[in-house]
Amino acid sequence: MTRPFVMGAVAYAPKVVTIWEGFKEYFRARDFEFDFILYSNYERQVEAQFEGAIDIAWNSPLAWVRAERMARTRGQSVRAVAMRDTDCDLASVLVVRGDSAISEVSALRGKIVGFGAIDSPQANLIPLDHLRTQGLVAGRDYTARRFDVLGGKHGDHIGGERDAALSLMAGEIDAAWMIDGNHLAFSREGVLPAGATRIVARTGAYDHCNFTTSPGASEEQVARFVELLMGMAWDDPEVRPLLELEGLKAWRIGRTSGYAQLARAVDDERFYDSKGNILVTDYRY
Amino acid sequence: MTAKEIFLSPIIDIENLGLDAGAHLLIKHGLNKIPVGGELLVTGNAPGWQAQLSAWCRAQGHPLTFIEGKAQITRSDIHAGRCRGATQTGSADPKQNGAVHEHAWPCYGLAARGATVEAGAPEYAFRLNQKHEVWADNAAELYAQAVAAQWNPDQAIDWNAAFELPDEVENAVAQVMTYMIENENAALVVPARFLGQMHPHFREVQAVLAIQVADEARHIDVFTRRLRLRGREPALSTAGGQASLKTLLDETDFSIAGFLLSVLGEGTFVSLLNFLHAHAPDPVTRQIARLAAIDEGRHVAFGMAHLLRRLKLEPEFRTRLTHAVETRNDALSGTSGLNEEVFDALILLAAGEFTPAAIATGYARVQTLMTDMAEGRLARLLRLGFEGKTAQRLAALHTRNFM
Ligand SMILES: [Fe+2]
Ligand SMILES: [Fe+2]
Repeated sequence: MTRPFVMGAVAYAPKVVTIWEGFKEYFRARDFEFDFILYSNYERQVEAQFEGAIDIAWNSPLAWVRAERMARTRGQSVRAVAMRDTDCDLASVLVVRGDSAISEVSALRGKIVGFGAIDSPQANLIPLDHLRTQGLVAGRDYTARRFDVLGGKHGDHIGGERDAALSLMAGEIDAAWMIDGNHLAFSREGVLPAGATRIVARTGAYDHCNFTTSPGASEEQVARFVELLMGMAWDDPEVRPLLELEGLKAWRIGRTSGYAQLARAVDDERFYDSKGNILVTDYRY
Repeated sequence: MTAKEIFLSPIIDIENLGLDAGAHLLIKHGLNKIPVGGELLVTGNAPGWQAQLSAWCRAQGHPLTFIEGKAQITRSDIHAGRCRGATQTGSADPKQNGAVHEHAWPCYGLAARGATVEAGAPEYAFRLNQKHEVWADNAAELYAQAVAAQWNPDQAIDWNAAFELPDEVENAVAQVMTYMIENENAALVVPARFLGQMHPHFREVQAVLAIQVADEARHIDVFTRRLRLRGREPALSTAGGQASLKTLLDETDFSIAGFLLSVLGEGTFVSLLNFLHAHAPDPVTRQIARLAAIDEGRHVAFGMAHLLRRLKLEPEFRTRLTHAVETRNDALSGTSGLNEEVFDALILLAAGEFTPAAIATGYARVQTLMTDMAEGRLARLLRLGFEGKTAQRLAALHTRNFM
């Protein structure tokens, strides 16, 4: 038997097991030996990519940034080979209460701004970067209130963003960051009553998760893996439940053009160093 | 795209309505009017509407660009995916050609008949999934009649009507009610069991069974209330009576069970209820019997309609019905059938008092009841196409327990 192609994924919610068991079945039905290992956090997963434990990782954008830095330091290379259609060109929005006097970013001076988990690209790092490029630095120009849920999951668990939204509605903070799709999701849930909030800022577009190859992964297996992913059609009733659960309509070929803001934020906020070492101190995972 | 082309694309203005407040419905409405691959322009002035629209389009799979402050959505065909390979499940109106399928497949599941069922929906194992096994063409009408004929015991029956019966006659009423209730229990449980096994595709039959079960529950209720009206508790339930009913519950074929329960049993019960309506010694029992008889008439009508249809398609099924009556008779040959207490109680009810003349009248009335029952069974068997001699034999073989 050929060695199966092993994927790493982070177990940020119980459904992760259902998703990858479904993928495993899908791959095996097509004669592709596939298995997966679940990690409790992205840091451990990225490290495993360099220990030969996994051939590919389903990585958060932050994990991608780290993997890319670690590879470069070691003279190796990793590649982003596939991603979800729904992970292209995301944006985060800064939301205030409808009756707030804040109508632009400069009005945040002296205010309390809610952020998600410390390791959340969409609700912490990219928003911090967005404000920094507008001349606003946390702790100096405004107070950052962080809503930390499940460290090491890189913000995959939306609990932090939801807590920030709740805190905003409770009047405890003046503004809150969230991914654009969550703004709609929270309004559907009723966490943010219709029309009770207003968007005052929006980050530039960025990309989210990707499948990151590990150094030394078999090119042939990677190619077959990507080919099978691209063959997953929403029209196929056997596959559709998996795609719905994983939140996509179609897989796309990976690209790395959407991570620049995050990489800059990682440097500015001193999250990782250029070699991929973890610098940030109050980060538990 | 040129300015002219933009001008030609349909455009909708969501004004100050955000997508956090329902604007996506306007956009969907707009997209529904253009072909797949077509473009829809959207403008708005809610703060941040562009960000919301981006998130929504991404989740929906529609490509989006912004041109001169307007959003341009390209309608994707991803939503058609859910209908690809989907199953069409007949149609809602049973009178339309092909509306009710001969075979209701497990994948139809709980969907409304006529719905388009997405491929990959779970399969439900409903045992009764063949139209010929359950269907009657007038099921919808019978259900409508049943709905219209529902009665509220508190209003339909004068529970406070004045009457006084000798103790023994009141005891006889309690004994007859005890017997009726156990028969009604069988009449409730049999259709209820089939109801749970029936594919919902046969909606009209499902509805008939459901309301039949409700009818029987009401009968059990009013018989119990009459029994308790003068402080009595239920009386004797005999082994023979229960053995007779058990053979009904043991029957797993819907048509045969309907034949034994509705055509023969409930048909016979209608005669008994008519007898009680005419001869019961108190007005409450008479009222109850009248109302229950009307309900039972519908139950018989459905059984007859179903069997007439099935026998027309499958004349040889008559042999199985014959066999079922014979087998049941054999199974019950060791039991006493109708218990003496019930028989005597009926005479006493019809007599009303302990005088030789009254008892003579009561006895004659019960004899007439027996003849009525036998004639009714014979008439229904003949209508179902049983040949004269066979019909007579089967009518006579029917359980002495009446049901
Ligand atoms: Fe009844
Ligand atoms: Fe009945």
